[in-house]
Amino acid sequence: MEEMTLNEMKDLVLKYVIKEYIDDDDVTITYETPLISSGYVDSFSMVSLLVFLENKFKIKIPPSKATPEAFDSVNSIVALVNQYLK
Amino acid sequence: MSYPDKIKNIYLTQLAEIQHAGIFKEERFIHSSQSADIEVEFPSGSDLKKVINMCANNYLGLSSHPEVIRAAHEGLDTRGYGMSSVRFICGTQDIHKELERRVTEFLGTEDTILFPSCMDANAGVFEAILTSEDIMISDRLVHASIIDGMRLCSAQHDTFKHSSMEHLEEKLLLHADKRLKLVITDGVFSMDGDTAKLDEMVKLCEKYDAMLLVDDSHASGFIGKTGRGTHEFCNVFGKIDVITTTFGKALGGASGGCVSGRKEIVEMCRQKARPYLFSNTIAPVIVSGVLKVFDILSASTERRDKLEKNAAYWRKGLTEAGFLLKEGNTPIVPVMLFNAKLSQDFSRDLFNEGIYAIGFFFPVVPNGQARIRTQISAGHEIHHLDKALGAFIKVGKKYGILGLTKDQIIEKYGL
Repeated sequence: MEEMTLNEMKDLVLKYVIKEYIDDDDVTITYETPLISSGYVDSFSMVSLLVFLENKFKIKIPPSKATPEAFDSVNSIVALVNQYLK
Repeated sequence: MSYPDKIKNIYLTQLAEIQHAGIFKEERFIHSSQSADIEVEFPSGSDLKKVINMCANNYLGLSSHPEVIRAAHEGLDTRGYGMSSVRFICGTQDIHKELERRVTEFLGTEDTILFPSCMDANAGVFEAILTSEDIMISDRLVHASIIDGMRLCSAQHDTFKHSSMEHLEEKLLLHADKRLKLVITDGVFSMDGDTAKLDEMVKLCEKYDAMLLVDDSHASGFIGKTGRGTHEFCNVFGKIDVITTTFGKALGGASGGCVSGRKEIVEMCRQKARPYLFSNTIAPVIVSGVLKVFDILSASTERRDKLEKNAAYWRKGLTEAGFLLKEGNTPIVPVMLFNAKLSQDFSRDLFNEGIYAIGFFFPVVPNGQARIRTQISAGHEIHHLDKALGAFIKVGKKYGILGLTKDQIIEKYGL
């Protein structure tokens, strides 16, 4: 995979989150927006985000690390991904 | 035993938080039997008020039907009050098997197992039929009992956008490698009153070798031309692998539920579903009442036909008055107000006008989609609906929302 900057990674994840989970055009999602604790993303729907991250970044995230807390914002998701890229 | 102040205060703080958030639930005490006209004590301690009930799941008006009551009495006299046992020890009577046979016939499935409630059916079915090698793919607006049931199951779970067949297909492709795939939906969605696209879902499930589970609690008895449910309405009768449904709504309204579907799946529930294994089943008196309900429904479609007409009349009246409704063709007719406080104020004013209809807001419905959910019954007569419509218009005028668009209501009251 090509080297990506942190912001490029965040943009990629943000774009996926909006496409996959956000139906309401009025909702604005940023890197910091709480996704699960604010109800935008149901914890049941996390599996597709996990599969997306693993495929896109060619990593394997252990199920024990794929927690609602770790997936609660684009920032925290990218921080988690970075742990496994290294 | 120890219950010191520090423990008590933890609960008091949590309860205060619920109250502060405006989501504290209070019961209204009904002093009459369930019907279109009820007598209500609310707030607690007040004088009884006669109101028209516009929020019961009593779709067919059978909750207090004299023939059902008579059958329940007979059941009580001939089969007793309780079973004092779970089904597989000594808690199964002939009438339990008879009801399972009648449900199977009515829903057009292969077999049926009774549960104490549909909540229990949904709590038990997933764990009984799936393992960690499998995937559950559910519509994002399925009922809370399905979500709880999925939580109890070791299979993976994923969701698709509400009623989006494109998104469902993406998910079926994404999870193509799983041993078993179970697609899960409500037949009629309880908060919006819309209907699942079961015809398209059956096609997708056939294409990708997935099973389909439908919770038809808000449809059994009245959706479809003979009231068999959403699968009849969508012309896929006999093609649903698993149907869960309740006897606590249209089908008499007392309690009880079931899993009905493929023979092997029902048998797996009989062997493994914990709410079936570790709880008494439906009491004989209720079984007897539900059997009479099926007699009534099999004899005539008069009640579901009347319900359909009533719902159309109500929807037309509200629309012409200038209310914004959720689109749909079921007896669940949500009047959209968007603002949570407005929905509560509106409900209170309706009650003062003699109309009992509840306001729903986040987290029961998505944020910014507060509404009054009205539910029509075959027990309503036109005069009930006319009186309710008059009250809605009076309160609607008070708040100045008639004829306004969504944006205009939000501009006026906020989200």
